[in-house]
Formats: sequence, C-alpha cells, structure tokens
Amino acid sequence: MEQIPILRIGRCLLVTIQVDMHDRLAMALQDDLTEKIVATRARGVLIDISALEVVDSFIGRTLNNIAAMARVLDAQTVVVGMRPAVAITLVELGLSLSGVKTALDVDKGMALISRLIDGSVASADARREG
Amino acid sequence: MRVEKDELVPCRTADDIVRVRKEVRARTVALGFTLVDQTKLVTAASEIARNTVEHGGGGIVRLQVVNDGVRNGLRLVFEDRGPGIRDIALAMSDRYSTGTGLGLGLSGAKRLSQDFSIDSKPGEGTTVVLGRWK
Ligand SMILES: Nc1ncnc2c1ncn2[C@@H]1O[C@H](COP(=O)(O)OP(=O)(O)OP(=O)(O)O)[C@@H](O)[C@H]1O
Ligand SMILES: [Mg+2]
Repeated sequence: MEQIPILRIGRCLLVTIQVDMHDRLAMALQDDLTEKIVATRARGVLIDISALEVVDSFIGRTLNNIAAMARVLDAQTVVVGMRPAVAITLVELGLSLSGVKTALDVDKGMALISRLIDGSVASADARREG
Repeated sequence: MRVEKDELVPCRTADDIVRVRKEVRARTVALGFTLVDQTKLVTAASEIARNTVEHGGGGIVRLQVVNDGVRNGLRLVFEDRGPGIRDIALAMSDRYSTGTGLGLGLSGAKRLSQDFSIDSKPGEGTTVVLGRWK
C-alpha cells in the first residue's frame, strides 16, 4: 500500500507530502505519525505541504487533528510551505488551521520547533526549580 | 448560455475525489483561470465531490465548458440519487453537519464559486452546480 514517508531528524519527524492525498492516505498519515511519535519520542513534527496544490476541508481537518494528537503526546507541530493560493482559498472556505503553527519553509519551521521545544523544556525546569 | 464541451466523470470513491480535483484543475488551466481562481474552484469541487460520495451514495459530475457570449466559464454539475436533503437552508448553514465533518462543504463551496445552485428532494437525490467565469 502507498504510504507517505516519515523521516526522523534529531528530536523531529519530517513529513513531505508530495502527492495529492486521497482521504484514506491522509488518515493513514495521522495514524503512522501517532505511532512514530510514541516509538521515537519525537518532540516535534514538521509537515511540508509546499507540493500541495489543494487543501480542502478534509486535509485541513487532518492537519488540525495531527497537531492536536501530537500535543497530547507532548510534541509540537509546524506546517510549512503553504502556497499563497491555498492560504487564500482556506480563508474563503472558512477553515482555520487554528491548532497548527505555520512557518514559511523547512528551515524556518525547524528553527521554530527548536524554540518551542526548548521553551517548553525551560518552563518545565523553571517549574521544578520554583 | 452555450455548452461547448460536456464531459462526464464518475464520483463514487475516495479515488474519484482525487480524480475530480485533477480534471477540474486541468480544465481551469486550459481556460486560462488565474492560479487563485483555479485553486478556489478545485477546492469547491473537492468538497462537493466528497458530499456526493459520502452523503449521496455516489454519483457523477459533468464538467462543462460554457460561454455566455462574452466569457468562457467552467460549470460543474454534481448529481446523485441518494437520500436527498430535507432542509436545504439548514444544510447550507456553516457548521451544520449530519456526519463527523465540520459542516463547511456546502457553505464553503458556495463562497468559493461565482455561481452556485442546489436542488434536492428527499428520496430522489441531489444536484449541485458550481460555476466560475474567466
Ligand atoms: N449529496 C448529498 N446528499 C445528501 N445529503 C447531503 C449531500 N450533500 C450534503 N448533504 C447534507 O448536508 C450536510 C452539510 O454538508 P456539508 O458538506 O456542508 O458538511 P459535511 O459534509 O457534513 O462536513 P464537511 O464537508 O465539512 O466535512 C451534510 O452533513 C449532509 O447531511
Ligand atoms: Mg461535506
């Protein structure tokens, strides 16, 4: 069965979506990511959607679900590379990716995830000390 | 309004939804739509195709290149013979869903299209028409 590859880079999982996903593939990605976060104890998930020409309500909802699921597993999700035409369309569709942080590209996304992870580590330390 | 081209694509499975997106994209490109207009119509088509598959029990979509004497446009006619919709106004409202969705499909597709119409009778089926002009 076709599958979207998930790469591990340090504390992060990197997903590059390269095909127009049908609904089952999007759901499989959500399940695979859940397993991988647990198995690798990843603290961040970076999803590159720069190749996606369409994000409809199903794919948008899947991205929101992934972020919510990752949060429960103490991982931060950042979506990068959304095309401007896709962003404009999502607003008019009425879908907000409110649960998802976004960045311009993979480099900026990685930097953001590092800050988010270190930030949560720092505040946990502060709680222990304080 | 003249229909210059009329093609039929099945709309029965999750894979058909992907195919509908692809076919609509190709035609909007051929008609010279801007990238934003292409993306809006493809996204609207994806929403209605999913409704046809999930709520309507499957159906077809007609892809029609139309001309009103001044402009070319693309008209998409989705038809199914499923359960139909009892209260169209209610179904059209944002956030209303009888399933697990967000209830954005119909209202969002309307916002993303220049022409929109829906016709449905309980027990007979549903027809949704989307249109955008160049
Ligand atoms: N082709 C159809 N046949 C029967 N009922 C339909 C059809 N299309 C839409 N509906 C009804 O209208 C409701 C609203 O549709 P809409 O697409 O807005 O939301 P949804 O499909 O439930 O969720 P979403 O599209 O956000 O995932 C549906 O829940 C369903 O009850
Ligand atoms: Mg829908």
